[in-house]
Amino acid sequence: MDTMPKWADVLLVPLISILIAFFFSGLVILAIGENPVEAIGVMIEGSLTSSYGWGYTLYYTTNFIFTGLAVSVAFQARMFNIGGEGQAMIGGLGVALVCLAIPWPHWTLALPSALLGGALFGALWAAIPAYLQAARGSHIVITTIMFNFIAFSVLNYLLVNVLKPQGSMDPASATFPPGAELPRFSEILGIFGIPFSSAPPVNVSFFVAILACFLVWLLMWRTRLGYEIRAFGHSQTGAVYAGISPFRITMIAMLISGGLAGAMAINNVMGESQRLVMNAVEGAGFIGIAVALMGRSHPVGVFLAALLFGFLYQGGAELSLWTNIPRELIVVIQALVILFTGALDNMVRMPVERAFLARKRRQERKPSPKPERKPAE
Amino acid sequence: MALDTETSGRPSPAAPDASAPAIELRGISKSFGPVQANKDISIRVMPGTIHGIIGENGAGKSTLMSILYGFYKADAGEIFINGQKTEIPDSQAAIRAGIGMVFQHFKLVENFTVLENVILGVEDGPMLRPSLSKARSALKSLAKEYELNVDPDAVIQDLSVGHQQRVEILKALYRQAQILILDEPTGVLTPAEADQLFRILARLKEEGKTIVLITHKLREIMDTTDTVSVMRRGEMTATVTTAGTSPEELAELMVGRKVLLEIDKKPAKPGKRVLEVENLRVVDSAGVERLKGVSLHVAAGEILGIAGVAGNGQTELLEVLGGIQKGTGTVRINGEEIDLSGKYSDARTRRHRGIAHVPEDRQREGLIMDFFAWENSCFGYHDDPAYNRGLLTDNDAIRRDAEKKIEKYDIRPTNCWQTAKNFSGGNQQKLVVAREMERDPELLLVGQPTRGVDIGAIEFIHRQIIALRDAGRAVLLVSVELDEIMSMSDRIAVMFDGRIMGERLPSETDERELGLLMAGVDSVPDGVSEAEAIERNLDRAARGS
Repeated sequence: MDTMPKWADVLLVPLISILIAFFFSGLVILAIGENPVEAIGVMIEGSLTSSYGWGYTLYYTTNFIFTGLAVSVAFQARMFNIGGEGQAMIGGLGVALVCLAIPWPHWTLALPSALLGGALFGALWAAIPAYLQAARGSHIVITTIMFNFIAFSVLNYLLVNVLKPQGSMDPASATFPPGAELPRFSEILGIFGIPFSSAPPVNVSFFVAILACFLVWLLMWRTRLGYEIRAFGHSQTGAVYAGISPFRITMIAMLISGGLAGAMAINNVMGESQRLVMNAVEGAGFIGIAVALMGRSHPVGVFLAALLFGFLYQGGAELSLWTNIPRELIVVIQALVILFTGALDNMVRMPVERAFLARKRRQERKPSPKPERKPAE
Repeated sequence: MALDTETSGRPSPAAPDASAPAIELRGISKSFGPVQANKDISIRVMPGTIHGIIGENGAGKSTLMSILYGFYKADAGEIFINGQKTEIPDSQAAIRAGIGMVFQHFKLVENFTVLENVILGVEDGPMLRPSLSKARSALKSLAKEYELNVDPDAVIQDLSVGHQQRVEILKALYRQAQILILDEPTGVLTPAEADQLFRILARLKEEGKTIVLITHKLREIMDTTDTVSVMRRGEMTATVTTAGTSPEELAELMVGRKVLLEIDKKPAKPGKRVLEVENLRVVDSAGVERLKGVSLHVAAGEILGIAGVAGNGQTELLEVLGGIQKGTGTVRINGEEIDLSGKYSDARTRRHRGIAHVPEDRQREGLIMDFFAWENSCFGYHDDPAYNRGLLTDNDAIRRDAEKKIEKYDIRPTNCWQTAKNFSGGNQQKLVVAREMERDPELLLVGQPTRGVDIGAIEFIHRQIIALRDAGRAVLLVSVELDEIMSMSDRIAVMFDGRIMGERLPSETDERELGLLMAGVDSVPDGVSEAEAIERNLDRAARGS
């Protein structure tokens, strides 16, 4: 019994949730003595009204698409991969090693290789918690979150002791060869004569992210493997009944998940900084959890949610630049969005469902009025 | 209404109006979201009677009783206990009003003793000793009064299911219950234990207690109740005196049309042996041996029925044959041995060997409840080339196939874009049965094919199983419904405590004999009554496992 149309389920409910989240964010801004209307104005102006703003918004969006997809794929198998952050970090290592390996002649060769390197490293980093879950029953939430810390320490060690060029004071790798530089939007759109600011780091990885959305959709809803992953996620006992191996699905889903998180590095490491630095991921792995939650683990939802969080990220940066509102407040706003779209989803969903139900009942009543009972006399 | 003296769960015991009904419900309605579980239900149950409530699964029986016991709050309607309007906001109020409930799934603390369970929640003070000794003497007198014998110091997990149920009844009586509600009480009992239960109920009735018996078994209603109410789709369709009705009439009232209670089937023509099982053993993850050396065989064109009380190894037998659990021993299909514990012991390989499986629990195993009907229609067979086109699944082919099955098996709604959870129990089961039978398997494993299935669908599913048999396929049927086993099987094997206790032909046995085997009693020793022999055996088994 579907109580409400699909568009209400996937669009209306999240939209109302976001509005409520913004309302409470406004109250918080009021409470610290600033003007919420002005704040939202600054956010929109700084992120959506110029190619400069859009450039940064889409750059962040690209990161969040990769990590959001990563969390989604694992979640389709009902595994909560909290380790996107660490997997993206190690993915960055893979990308850096590939980019520094040879003097790449052209980015068209460097990109697929780096993508492969990043995905492979991310997948391998996820493989250990996956194996511990599949073979030993160690909970994936615990292990993946611990692997974030390990990833940070490993990267720290490697950057300081191995990858840092001789004489440098900066714990970062050497800059990548020019052939491994990805074209930015200003160059791509320049071909078509569309002017675009050359400052923001948004690059060709954005299109790779969209391609990844499509491929994840294809995998989950058009292949046997996706069918098995979803079946396993809904009912493990059912999966065993159908002859689906829990070990195999746990491993594969986590490898794909880790690979997607690792693939993010082509955007931030290869596309933006052109070298591997400390904390290159900047929390995108954790934002991915919120993106997947809000996007209902569907690639289209992930894309839209990633766009929203890209806007929040860029808008938040602008806030701290142009107003007295501290940058930390954007974390509050993000938290409120996550709280209302993820954790308190039913708070909005139930009343909306009831409203649709009442409307349906009224419509049913109209054409065929209930036969009146004979008045008892 | 203003004149009614409203009390909170405490009808004044000073004025028990003998002519007033013990329970009266007026216009009770309850809905869960879009589902209306109870629609304007009114019943009256007179004191000192046994009142049956019969209806198919999902008819709203349990919801109604949960309202009476304070688990749910009715959207509309009133409750009168002994003629007094009573509000029952929670189970404490129900207990105060003298209502006791015995649930289908017992609410006992497994590692507490009988006494500890009885006083749980009604201790007299912070120290347990006085309460325990008070309960001990109370239990002694209750045991004498109602033949409710249970060792007060036994730990619950060492007791047989029948005895655990007695503890539940004792709990209610210890709380001064005048009204006792039993929800599907015989589902887990052997026939002999069920008879014992009904003797206890008759005794309670003699003492003036009022009993409400919820069940879907027509025979129990006919044998034990004074009056009976029939529920269908949340509505009370009739209340009649039991003496003035017949099973056929009740069945018709339950379903809303005439039903055939007898199964029409030709004698079996068994061919070569399809399934041969020798010394099959299964040890569960806790190290307990669930199958203790089972040997059996099923021939082509015959149905072997496995009778037994739930939890005696039937589930494990189906699961090990279906590739869900691992085991040891020898199993052959058409003379070829199959892998029971190695790399090829999974369900996928079993399907390739021609073993189809309608599992006992369709909601946890047989279906993915959040998948569409068409996605479920190939579940387990999704690697079949017919459903795939290279790397991708051929969803159009799967949907075409699903639509065919929906039409052939009369599954409603007919929309293959509905998720499995939106189908009724019967239609869910038909979905599973259609999927497994349409593969034309060598061997069909069927567990509880009609559990939670409406009578109309039961008829249909039984006919399909028999048709498969007549087409020369082997069927292994597991059911806890003895009627179903007796009417469907060509041979009956009885399981008890992980073993096959014996095999009988349906034409040469009766319920009493099967009931004894189900309790693990081969032969009754001299000088011991049948009931005692059963009781000893069940308790021994409970302690053993």
